[in-house]
Amino acid sequence: MASSHGTPPVFNNKVIAWIDHRLPIFSYMEKEYHHFPTPRNFNYFWNFGAIATVMLVLMIATGIVLATNYTPHTTMAFDSVERIMRDVPSGWLIRYLHMTGASFFFIAVYIHIFRGLYYGSYKSPRELLWILGVVILLLMMATAFMGYVLPWGQMSFWGATVITSLFTAIPVVGDSITTWLWGGFAIDNPTLNRFYALHYLLPFVIVGVVALHVVALHVHGSNNPLGIDVKGPQDTVPFHPYYTMKDGFGLMVFLIIYAGFAFFAPNYLGDPANYIQANPLATPTHIVPEWYFLPFYAILRAIPNKLGGVLAMFGSIAVLFVLPWLDTSRVRSASFRPIYKWFVFVLVADVFLLGVCGANPPEGWYVPLAQIGTLYYFFHFLILLPVLGKIERPLPLPPSIADAVLKKNAG
Amino acid sequence: MRKTIVSAAIAVAALTAGAVAIAAETVTASESEQKPPHRHWHFEGPFGTYDRAAAQRGYQVYAEVCSACHSLQLLAYRNLMELDLTENQVKSLIKDIQVPDLGDDGQPIERPARLSDSFRKPFANPAIAAAANNGKAPPDLSVMIKAREDGPDYVHGILTGYVPFDKLTPEQIKEFNLTKDDNFNKYYPGHRIAMPPPLADDKVTYADGTKATLDQEASDVVEFLAWASEPKMEDRKRTGVRVILFLLAMAGLMYAVKRQVWADKH
Repeated sequence: MASSHGTPPVFNNKVIAWIDHRLPIFSYMEKEYHHFPTPRNFNYFWNFGAIATVMLVLMIATGIVLATNYTPHTTMAFDSVERIMRDVPSGWLIRYLHMTGASFFFIAVYIHIFRGLYYGSYKSPRELLWILGVVILLLMMATAFMGYVLPWGQMSFWGATVITSLFTAIPVVGDSITTWLWGGFAIDNPTLNRFYALHYLLPFVIVGVVALHVVALHVHGSNNPLGIDVKGPQDTVPFHPYYTMKDGFGLMVFLIIYAGFAFFAPNYLGDPANYIQANPLATPTHIVPEWYFLPFYAILRAIPNKLGGVLAMFGSIAVLFVLPWLDTSRVRSASFRPIYKWFVFVLVADVFLLGVCGANPPEGWYVPLAQIGTLYYFFHFLILLPVLGKIERPLPLPPSIADAVLKKNAG
Repeated sequence: MRKTIVSAAIAVAALTAGAVAIAAETVTASESEQKPPHRHWHFEGPFGTYDRAAAQRGYQVYAEVCSACHSLQLLAYRNLMELDLTENQVKSLIKDIQVPDLGDDGQPIERPARLSDSFRKPFANPAIAAAANNGKAPPDLSVMIKAREDGPDYVHGILTGYVPFDKLTPEQIKEFNLTKDDNFNKYYPGHRIAMPPPLADDKVTYADGTKATLDQEASDVVEFLAWASEPKMEDRKRTGVRVILFLLAMAGLMYAVKRQVWADKH
């Protein structure tokens, strides 16, 4: 099982040996997914990368089946989705897994991002790994947004109207860009067709960036809850079977919750208005995006100026790209940062608060709350993190992972 | 470490909840909409199923009352067999229904409905439907129960929520600018609803002897429309139970394996 690290594998099967000599995929799998030395002290937050990968595969698999039964035309899209729900054998299963799967893909990725924030996984030498992750998040957002348009319900149509109209805020060329995006002078069949094409394309782009994300991960290996570097073999275990089994358990628990929603409350996370066919002449009273966009939607609406709102919304993601350089602390894990440890949770509360503001109409207290939330979000990244790294006195770091693990188990 | 995460999570929850509670209070105060009361439905919960008898009565209410104005275009007559009706029973239910078609010479004709036909639409096209109903076409009911917040309660509320003109207070008449020809509904957003009260006591005569009160008719038609909105619900819940049982067993197994594998590393 766990042979010593770095020994080239010997394959007894002649076919495998023949192939591997010419195309070393088996050696690669051995090296990267079997013997790959992985810190021995992961907690369950480290499951979510694997879980997100499984969700990506599940979304692509269900999506391809849905695509074989879906009609991307404004007069037929809504009914074709209902036909999948009614007449296609097990169509309801595939569609609800896909629909609920989008939410759970985002849940997995948001927890994965939180893990990165708390344990400083974005710090040197993992900056590019983190940046590739933010690229994946952006691609996921684009894919999810366009996927939500496809059933051609009221929220599909009006959500698309709100988001594509954001581009009109760009000075001078904004209107032309919007017309170009729509493929006409309003959201219509050309828009639906191109969104469908892109919704099918982008997941494969995500697969490509995920591959780069994994390659970047395997250069220096994973970060860990202590945030200190691996010092030798005593700090690590082979990826298989230690983490394949641990990930497998975490995945099952995640899938139980996912299945609970997909089978018993499939419409709970969606908006009832999307079961009304799109009607360009009837605007819904409250246009709300899917829950995973609500914090960003709140930031968009918090700024009383359209261009300002658009810039703030895109800025809220853009700031993540430069996070490795905004955080000036050299200590990775929040466990050893007595002040940051609290502020990372304040940031989470702030994002939840923004989410609630995004879900509600922008009136009354929700307006100032969203503005305070937006201000705090940028304050956290642009001011707090650079300053905190300078003034905070981190706790002493343990000499090694093995040392910390053995001490904990002894005590 | 673990303690910090737990206490921090509690702090996060308290902070968010506090801020949200303040905001939510201001909004509920400003809304005049009345939410229809929650009723217990046979199809609720993880093991809920459709009450076949109620859904069959509901079809009768739809066929005799609602179908005069509301289409149900995603359903075909054959689907009625899913409500525990035999092929012959469905055929006899639809024997008087005529559907539009093209004759052998290509001219439009009407012919008796077949099991494979979609439900007959009350109006030939949306423009005619709108013209016949003061400019707004009555909505299709195929997924109505899923298309409203708390759909079953809402539809039941609308069907039973009418207040006759002479029972309205002068303030209400003034506030909503009502005349004798307007319909006031407690649960409709804005209260002025174009649809006149569709149901009343004894509007239909049930074959199974159930007393046709307004409440009974409304409940039955909701049961029928809930099935129409989500005909595969029972299949879904049954599959869900099996999937979750499998995943629980698999999770237990994985946990045991994981502990076994890690035994020498702790």
